Amino acid sequence: MGETGLGMMAAARDPHGRGSVVISGLTKSFGQTAVLRGVDLEIPDGAFLTVLGPSGCGKSTLMRIVAGLEQQDGGTVAIGGGGVDGLRPDQRDIAMVFQSYALYPHLTVFDNIALPLRMRRLNFARRLPLVGRFLPGVSATEREIAAAVRRVADLLQIQPLLARKPGQLSGGQKQRVAVGRAMVREPRVFLMDEPLSNLDAELRVHMRAEIAQLHRELRTTFIYVTHDQAEAMTMSDQVVVMMEGRLLQVAPPSVIYEDPEDIRVARFVGSPRINILPGRVTGRGGIDVLGVEVPFASNLAAGSAVQVGIRPAATGASRQAGESGLAGTLAYRENLGSDLFLHVAVPGVDQAVVIREEPTEIGRFPIGGTVTVRLADARIIVFDPAGRRIRPFVAAAGARRHG
Amino acid sequence: MAEGLRRRRLAEALAALSLSGPAVFLMILFLIGPLVVVALLSLTDYQLGAASLRYVGLGNYVEMFADRVFQRSIQNTLVYVAVVVPASVGLGLGAALLIEAGASLRAFYRAVYFLPVMATLIAMAIVWEFMLHPTLGLINLTLREFGIEGYNWLQDRRTALFTLCAIGIWQSVGFNMVLFMAGLTAIPGDLYEAAAVDGARTSIDRFRTVTWPMLGPVTLFVVVITAIRSFQIFDTVQILTKGGPNRATEVLLYTMYSEGFSFFRTGYAAAVTVVFLVFVLALSLAKTWAINRRVHYA
Amino acid sequence: MRGRPLGPVGALLRHAVLMTGALLMVTPFAWMILTSLKPQAEILVAELHFLPTRWAAVENYTMAMTRVPMLRFLVNGVVVTSAIFVLQVVVNLPCAYALAKLRFRGRGVLFAVILLCLLIPHHATAIPIYILFYQMGILDTYSALVLPFTISVFGIFLMRQFFMTVPNDLIDAARVDGLGEFGIVWRIMLPTAIPALIAFGIFSVVAHWNDYFWPLIVVGSHELYTPPLGVAFFRLNDQGTEYGPLMAAATIVILPLVGAFLLAQRRFIEGITFTGMKN
Repeated sequence: MGETGLGMMAAARDPHGRGSVVISGLTKSFGQTAVLRGVDLEIPDGAFLTVLGPSGCGKSTLMRIVAGLEQQDGGTVAIGGGGVDGLRPDQRDIAMVFQSYALYPHLTVFDNIALPLRMRRLNFARRLPLVGRFLPGVSATEREIAAAVRRVADLLQIQPLLARKPGQLSGGQKQRVAVGRAMVREPRVFLMDEPLSNLDAELRVHMRAEIAQLHRELRTTFIYVTHDQAEAMTMSDQVVVMMEGRLLQVAPPSVIYEDPEDIRVARFVGSPRINILPGRVTGRGGIDVLGVEVPFASNLAAGSAVQVGIRPAATGASRQAGESGLAGTLAYRENLGSDLFLHVAVPGVDQAVVIREEPTEIGRFPIGGTVTVRLADARIIVFDPAGRRIRPFVAAAGARRHG
Repeated sequence: MAEGLRRRRLAEALAALSLSGPAVFLMILFLIGPLVVVALLSLTDYQLGAASLRYVGLGNYVEMFADRVFQRSIQNTLVYVAVVVPASVGLGLGAALLIEAGASLRAFYRAVYFLPVMATLIAMAIVWEFMLHPTLGLINLTLREFGIEGYNWLQDRRTALFTLCAIGIWQSVGFNMVLFMAGLTAIPGDLYEAAAVDGARTSIDRFRTVTWPMLGPVTLFVVVITAIRSFQIFDTVQILTKGGPNRATEVLLYTMYSEGFSFFRTGYAAAVTVVFLVFVLALSLAKTWAINRRVHYA
Repeated sequence: MRGRPLGPVGALLRHAVLMTGALLMVTPFAWMILTSLKPQAEILVAELHFLPTRWAAVENYTMAMTRVPMLRFLVNGVVVTSAIFVLQVVVNLPCAYALAKLRFRGRGVLFAVILLCLLIPHHATAIPIYILFYQMGILDTYSALVLPFTISVFGIFLMRQFFMTVPNDLIDAARVDGLGEFGIVWRIMLPTAIPALIAFGIFSVVAHWNDYFWPLIVVGSHELYTPPLGVAFFRLNDQGTEYGPLMAAATIVILPLVGAFLLAQRRFIEGITFTGMKN
């Protein structure tokens, strides 16, 4: 069948599209539960795309369908320009790194990394224990495999671990071996399913940098699934926010944060969460937020209800008495050293409004004291009652809208 | 695309079929099929090797329940179960508690009590037979040292069944003991500390407040599986007493064996099997219930 | 019971009771071995003495090995128990894997049937299987001793429970790496299941080495006797007078398992407990 050569052949035909992934109209249900409700996504060759979403949003299912581990109910997946729906995972020329690392516990690190190569390059008889190694050509292939394993081990700096079993490795080391096993076969696409979630916080930050570095070196397509927005924001060049089986927005990380298309995206990305306040469009080119008028040019009819999002870092407490803003009582302070977050209980708002202040100013904000949240100069993000984004009305807005 | 997907689904179904197929085939051939056949045979007058068979309805059952031998067989089996279960469960529990109560010689005791579980029962039955020999046997010789006249244990109608019970108990105490030990180690140690804080001072208090309630479901489970195993008493009867003397040790499986494989009255033996099966299935259902309860507690 | 250590009186009492029990447990073994070392003349006297005055070990054990083909019986035991175990793994492990890790139509039904089959004692199927083997003409063969036990619903159940604990990721990783379902069973699942397989193996070997009922029914030729049949045959042959050689034969028959148990007590007890709790 020559599946092993598939990647190479595709590369020869279309050197730029070898690792491109095109997903269209993907649907999937488990029993009564619809997990994917029509997913369309184009990932260019060499991109680092992160699928970000809460647990249960369908992101892992999406990845498993791309890998061929799960079969979709409808829609197609194409890798490198060719449909892969009828192909088994090993025929798709992809590699996957799993959350639990999924190292074979009975094999050494060397054999773990060598396994995918052995499965591809040695046929059944040649893989047999004891006998296999005496068949013609086996020792030469084994030498090539060993060389490939060593190359990967050098790159990941795990040469000293090659003789060990997974049980003797730390979490970070297992992680590297799992990446090594994925790398060794030089796949068209790397799939990573929450690969860092079993590591401690410090190691996670470190591995984030390493994976980003690895992507720069390999220039292969990475699809990375996570529920951790920090991972999505720091590593990838494109982020997909996914909820309830739908893609809400596909954009670079900064756009996802600054310019969310949907209130659910705004809520999911950013920590602490964005404040959402009720508002009403006034006739004077502004929005009335709990009695305070905030400038916002829109073509909505006066009196329309809107939701106004304000990130904690986009506002602060007013310095002078009498400045217009939302007055409330300080219910709680979080001093993180670099930031001070104030939780202000504002009458008429269910959840406390959270704002960022300089930690050095903490003395000005006693618990129980009155704090006025500045609104007039705050950067606001406005949504309609259904949660869709409303952009300020500017004459030339059309150019920006889908940027 | 739809074509490719369908092909992969088919491949997966084929994989599942080829993985489980052999086991399913053998399960039908050696478990489910025979079970159905045994039930059907019990309604016939089939004799092994006979060219034909005749449907006799419940004839075998009618004959069986009127038969003195079968009545004795059921009665003896029930007596055997009624003696062996409480004794071997009680002794097993006692041994487990006592062994776990101290640290010294723990492994030694555990090994010694477990030894009979490992040993081939048929070989040990022969050893017991020699020990029970009326004149040369260790038991009667020992009793004579104390001035007691022993019985001809296995040949006396009054003692034969109880002697087999004793061998059964000797053989199964260790098995129950290890099950209880597993149950004991599953009790979290802080429960004892909590009980001590709450004023359980003596070891009897501790047993009543912590050990017994926690061990209750395990005990239920052990009782049921000991009962199932006791129902299957056969080896010692077959080699030591052949159901005698005068049917005093006739038990269900032995009746089934002698009717089916000595007299080749297959249909009748099948009916005996069905009765045996009903007893064991009833106990097994009780066991399933016990397991569910155990899971509940865990 | 954990909690508080026993006082000195309690400890003494504990040893007194446990020692008495241990003595009762061990007496048959001790008496068997002692008798197997005594000459006929010292056995057939109706008075209590424990140690042989003249050692007759060589004669008794030689007689046990030569009067009947005891070595043959032992080899049969090894052949039958290992054939049963190997076939049980070959037949039941893939099924357990399919039940634990594959989604296919009828899986729920199959598992329910297996749970029901767990309740069937093997004595209950003896008559029909005997008739089947009679029709097939394979009574009195190794096949008759081995085949009915190749299916072990208990083995399927046990291994399925174990496989349920193997992370799905491991299997998915194997699929991505190019292993087929059979490759996954033998190259991934089997090695990871070694501890559970050892427990099941102990259970299976102990059960079938010691089994008397089924061999008694299907085997007639001495060449096919398993050790329990062999020792019973020896006793019958003997007219029940040559106790020395008989006890030597009993010792030989129980030695392989009891010896293995004494060498690896923890493994055996864990294995039997593990399987016993699930059985």
